[in-house]
Amino acid sequence: MSDTQATSLVEHLTARFGETLGIRVERNEATAELAAADLIAVATALRDEAPFRFTELVDLCGIDYLGYGQTEWDTRDVSWTGFSRGVEGEAMGRFTWAERPRGVSPPRRFAAVIHLLSIEHNQRLRLRVFCADDSLPVVPSVTGIWPGSNWFEREAFDLYGILFDGHPDLRRILTDYGFVGHPFRKDFPLIGNVEVRYDPTQKRVVYEPVSIEPRVLVPRVIRDDADLVQAKAEAADRWREN
Amino acid sequence: MAQEIRNYTMNFGPQHPAAHGVLRLVLEMDGETIVRADPHVGLLHRGTEKLAESKPFNQSIGYMDRLDYVSMMCNEHAYVRAIESLLGIEAPERAQYIRTMFDEITRILNHLMWVGSNALDLGAMAVFLYAFREREELMDVYEAVSGARMHATYYRPGGVYRDLPDHMSKYRESPWHKGGDLNRLNSWREGSMLDYLEAFTADFPKRVDEYEELLTNNRIWKQRTVGIGVISPEQAQAWGMTGAMLRGSGIAWDLRKKQPYAKYAEMDFDIPVGVNGDCYDRYLVRVEEMRQSNRIIQQCVKWLKANPGPVIVQNFKVAPPKREAMKEDMEALIHHFKLFTEGYGVPAGETYAVVEAPKGEFGCYLVSDGANKPFRVHLRAPGFAHLSSIDAIVRGHMLADVVAMIGTYDLVFGEVDR
Repeated sequence: MSDTQATSLVEHLTARFGETLGIRVERNEATAELAAADLIAVATALRDEAPFRFTELVDLCGIDYLGYGQTEWDTRDVSWTGFSRGVEGEAMGRFTWAERPRGVSPPRRFAAVIHLLSIEHNQRLRLRVFCADDSLPVVPSVTGIWPGSNWFEREAFDLYGILFDGHPDLRRILTDYGFVGHPFRKDFPLIGNVEVRYDPTQKRVVYEPVSIEPRVLVPRVIRDDADLVQAKAEAADRWREN
Repeated sequence: MAQEIRNYTMNFGPQHPAAHGVLRLVLEMDGETIVRADPHVGLLHRGTEKLAESKPFNQSIGYMDRLDYVSMMCNEHAYVRAIESLLGIEAPERAQYIRTMFDEITRILNHLMWVGSNALDLGAMAVFLYAFREREELMDVYEAVSGARMHATYYRPGGVYRDLPDHMSKYRESPWHKGGDLNRLNSWREGSMLDYLEAFTADFPKRVDEYEELLTNNRIWKQRTVGIGVISPEQAQAWGMTGAMLRGSGIAWDLRKKQPYAKYAEMDFDIPVGVNGDCYDRYLVRVEEMRQSNRIIQQCVKWLKANPGPVIVQNFKVAPPKREAMKEDMEALIHHFKLFTEGYGVPAGETYAVVEAPKGEFGCYLVSDGANKPFRVHLRAPGFAHLSSIDAIVRGHMLADVVAMIGTYDLVFGEVDR
């Protein structure tokens, strides 16, 4: 999507929906944040009205903002003890189910992110709907508007536990029959909870508590020293030299 | 006397050769007619997206190959494009051409696999053998450039891992390859990889003619595909269909034309479109796509032969310095060490990068919080959206048509289940 296209889309969106949508444009990608209560009305208008015509829902996924922006390796303050070693933390892969992080959580953890495509106008739009309640995340289902969202919503329910109100058949889709928990949540251990093997004595497949240790090889680091700014400057220097 | 007739339920797969992997399809049947189809997927779910969240960006490129494992480099392309978009870097021109060329090689690989296996499902054995002959030749290109026949991990943020090789490995004499046969096999392999591709692309249209000869006017093939699995343009959009599924229904939508990436804007090629939206039209679309891909490869080969240059950005925070430099230059050693231990931080933000993969729109929704690992990666697999429509499409069809339909979706469960 070009600059002008994104701008004209934003103008149309603002004119039509006003304060209902919180619109941002980054890298020529338009994102609109909206409340769960407005989703159905806005989605119907986006599909049907002439300036939008988002006839395709290409993607819908869940996201869990727990731990957004948290690091495991403090690289900001250098003291006489030096940097931390980056071997501790709460990021995924470091904990078992029993040790899962229960600490700081962002104001709202779960969101459903929808990517729409308008074939007529050759435009894309991203919608983000935050769930009001972390313990019972609910978003209205858009299966009535785009039937193709059916499986995407089932996937978001399966992996994140987001409930889609009005979905005709909200079953698990990717995980095992009888799976417990929502594995893509940030407080679900990377190693999982159970492992499966064939037991020759019982002559059937048995489930056992997971036996491997959680392990992380590379700590999660956010650097403020702007590696890339430096790299860009270096590239510019080289260009000048040549 | 009134007789009570009841629908019965049939289990199709997960171990069924026409299920293309691990699809379990629970079919409610009224005689031979489908009343309801309930696909159970996820048997190949490996949690790729979650694994990617626990690793530095570059370490997940290899996982992308393993999603849709018959169109490997296209998946990588979506992922590296997402990273590049957030980093604000662009691959050098030569790398863009190499990517365009390999995307099209991948498209041919995928469509060959598709035409072969779909024909096999519908009772034509020979096409499979023919298609795998050419697949082998293109696999050799993958191997020459990356060392792996399938899971290449060749694309990198900022370019591709290395430049094209200047020779192709040759067949050695063996009890199976000898004499004139050996000379014929090696005749293309005397020069560089680009010479080899030149020979391949000159020859390939004739090979496509061979598949068409076997299928296009074949009575059995037409009986099995014409009028089967008709998808209207409205239906195709409502179900989120992309790629050949959408074009088969008559919508000229191709990201290579509409939202060009890499070097597609400079390529001369056409977009085939179907008319009736049935399995036969989608077959014709895919066969024509192979011919068009062949044209694109030819154009790329020509450009690549004439224009040497760097294939990856000279930005050592993202791409490693040359190995020789590491031996002499302290800075190069530090860059190398940092890059392979910690990786690079990607500026906070979110992006949705797409490529026209052989199966449809393959998208990568990437959220970064500024760390050296992605915060969230979501991979939009075309097959997942396509398969979800199966219940709506096959209702009222016969059992044998379900096989035709699964075939025409071009499913690979590596990407459906992720």
